[in-house]
Amino acid sequence: MRFLTPKLALAGALAICTTVAQAETTAITVGMQLEPPHLDPTGAAAGAIDSIVYANIFEGLTRFAADGAILPALAESWTISDDGLIYTFTLHSGVTFHDASAMDAEDVVFSLNRARAEDSTNAQKALFEGIDTVEALDATTVKITLSAPNGAFLFNLAWGDAVIVASESIKDAKTHPIGTGPFVFTNWVQGDRIEITRNVDYWGTPARLEKATFKFISDPTAAFAAVMAEDVDVFPAFPAPENLLQFEQDSRFQVIVGSTEGETILAINNKMPPFDNVKIREAVAHAIDRQSIIDGAMFGYGTPIGTHFAPHHPDYMDLTGQSNYDPDLAKSLLAEAGYPDGFETTLKLPPPSYARRGGEIIAAQLRDVGITVEISNLEWAQWLEQVFRGYDFGLTIVSHTEPMDIGIYARPEYYFQYDSAPFQQLMEDLNAATDPAARATILKSAQQMIADDYVNGYLFQLANTTVANAKIVGLWKNAPTQANDLTAIYWND
Amino acid sequence: MLRFILKRLLSLGLSLLAASVVIFVAIEVIPGDPASYMLGINAQADTVAALREELGLNVTGFARYSGWVSGMLHGDFGTSYTYRTPVTDMISDRIMVSLPLAIYALTLSTLIAFPAGILAASRRGTAADVSIMGVTQLGVAVPNFWFAMLLVLVFSINLRWFSAGGFPGWDQGLFAGLKALTLPAIALALPQASILARVMRSALIDTMSEDFIRTARAKGLSKSQALWRHALRNAMIPVLTIIGLQFSFLLAGAIIIENVFFLPGLGRLVFQSISQRDLIVVESVVMLLVFAVVIVTFVVDITYAAVDPRLRGRA
Repeated sequence: MRFLTPKLALAGALAICTTVAQAETTAITVGMQLEPPHLDPTGAAAGAIDSIVYANIFEGLTRFAADGAILPALAESWTISDDGLIYTFTLHSGVTFHDASAMDAEDVVFSLNRARAEDSTNAQKALFEGIDTVEALDATTVKITLSAPNGAFLFNLAWGDAVIVASESIKDAKTHPIGTGPFVFTNWVQGDRIEITRNVDYWGTPARLEKATFKFISDPTAAFAAVMAEDVDVFPAFPAPENLLQFEQDSRFQVIVGSTEGETILAINNKMPPFDNVKIREAVAHAIDRQSIIDGAMFGYGTPIGTHFAPHHPDYMDLTGQSNYDPDLAKSLLAEAGYPDGFETTLKLPPPSYARRGGEIIAAQLRDVGITVEISNLEWAQWLEQVFRGYDFGLTIVSHTEPMDIGIYARPEYYFQYDSAPFQQLMEDLNAATDPAARATILKSAQQMIADDYVNGYLFQLANTTVANAKIVGLWKNAPTQANDLTAIYWND
Repeated sequence: MLRFILKRLLSLGLSLLAASVVIFVAIEVIPGDPASYMLGINAQADTVAALREELGLNVTGFARYSGWVSGMLHGDFGTSYTYRTPVTDMISDRIMVSLPLAIYALTLSTLIAFPAGILAASRRGTAADVSIMGVTQLGVAVPNFWFAMLLVLVFSINLRWFSAGGFPGWDQGLFAGLKALTLPAIALALPQASILARVMRSALIDTMSEDFIRTARAKGLSKSQALWRHALRNAMIPVLTIIGLQFSFLLAGAIIIENVFFLPGLGRLVFQSISQRDLIVVESVVMLLVFAVVIVTFVVDITYAAVDPRLRGRA
């Protein structure tokens, strides 16, 4: 050490300081309310899986951008035949999975065939229904033939359920996922956290963060404490909206309010009398004051909707005026339908606070027009059994978080049981249309049709409220799909 | 004595068998299908059927029961429906949090309660006694989750001495692990210590009025000599009974505290598994807790009999 000049020593000390500073600013801790059951996005519906793996660990041929647009991902480019039946994808070359094996056309064939196989346990199997054959033409070219044109096909491939996996590693993906993404899975302490680190061999633009930790905090009060104590740097979908104002006023934090794909609806059992009468459903729609539900249940966060469509979508139509709050009209509609003194029904509420808090307010509003509701609080598993599969409900509140899911209204057996031949025809036309202008027209007619039929009570679009350290840059404002894309995130300090 | 132990063992085996039937039936009748829970509201009927097949849910209840019991006899609790990992591994991970937390909380509660109880009993009626009784009354009344939130507010958010919760794992070192368990242990210990101190005090006061203490005093021992040499040992029986009860409560009953501090313990595992209809995990954890309680009771029975020969005949 004798030969070390003061200048060198200073440089050394500075170098140490910089390393320390870097170590602090290339790691991030993300809070999440729900822990995923496992980490294979192709084998369960749990949004918590995508919150961790989407765009970070696994990638598909296409992907969602922060604004909901469809971007190329593992597919570099594609061509579509004139009849809309044949999609030819060119894959990026030199892409490897995290176990260093190559990702090629055979993996795409494997992944898509696995998802649509007879014994598939893919929660969104319908996304792949129109696929007739998937062929690997060479290592980087895949030809997909559809049985009928499907204008939403590239969109469908962007879902987390359509990611590309390898046949060799998929068996263990539930506990040790191996994908092609910019982050590598490193550790899972069940009940506590999941850790991922930067993939140094990533084929695209590498991530700026070196390490990310997802920490599971289910209790809203605990989530508040963890952010306040700065144990957690980012908390997307922050579970305690009542505390957001406090974070906004604290210069250490930023609060980002955007939109999600979650249409929150008062779902109506369309087959159960008296709801099979459209006049009754219309009366329910006019009995509801959306703004007081948003204020009371969501502390003001949420955008009123008048149909089953996301307001940030370019084709959205604002139809809230058609079901405006008008209790007198609701009463006269009830009288017209032969129920001047109202009737009794059930309101079954799943666990999220939008349903439990919103349910109390809606019950009070319905009581004002003479409809008496009996509220029962259900766990999700019970809700699926009674409401979703058993059709044993009059009313329920649920947020439909799948992107662009207006197609559920074309399924007569879907739990609210809307059976309309014209609507089913519209959806068939939509699937066949590949021209964006034609699709926009159909989507608008579809929104209008379900609003005219008052299928459900349309309440509000669930807000995406993120609380984060003020120095973090690159967080998604909206949530076009459930994801925490960490690729572009960095600390600005 | 051997005959007594054999008899107790037989009744232990029968209790466990009965418990396993009750647990299995009680949990299986809860409505809700784990497969449809996992696949959500967009899944198709054939997908749900495929997953039920994969999870082994399509066999009869009796076949599942016998599979579960025979697996347990080999120390294999089966595979979790949702996590798809062996239940044995999940439980042993969680025990590594819940057991140290229970021991930590019990140690704290004993360290607080013993001096407080003894002090209150020996200075009965004085200001010290009245204030200890007042504080413990408050300690019994305050819900532990509220006290936990107060601790977080002061020590995590304001003073920043502790994390607001979470558990780094024992591989991060003993100190890091104990530090993470400190606030939860304090929150759990306060109500327990209050109860224990009150029991300690009343047990001591009762014992101090017994004949043998009067004899000891007559022999010339001072009041505090009599308390320390004779009364304390005799007052320990109700106190130890309470400690035993508290330990099993702490092991299984820390669910709320585990939620407030987001600790990956047994309580939170059961809580999560119930809502996800991960029945096999719920059944196995409950069975394990029953097993623990039955074993503790068995050991206590044997100890009583060893101490007091009169009890042997009654079994």
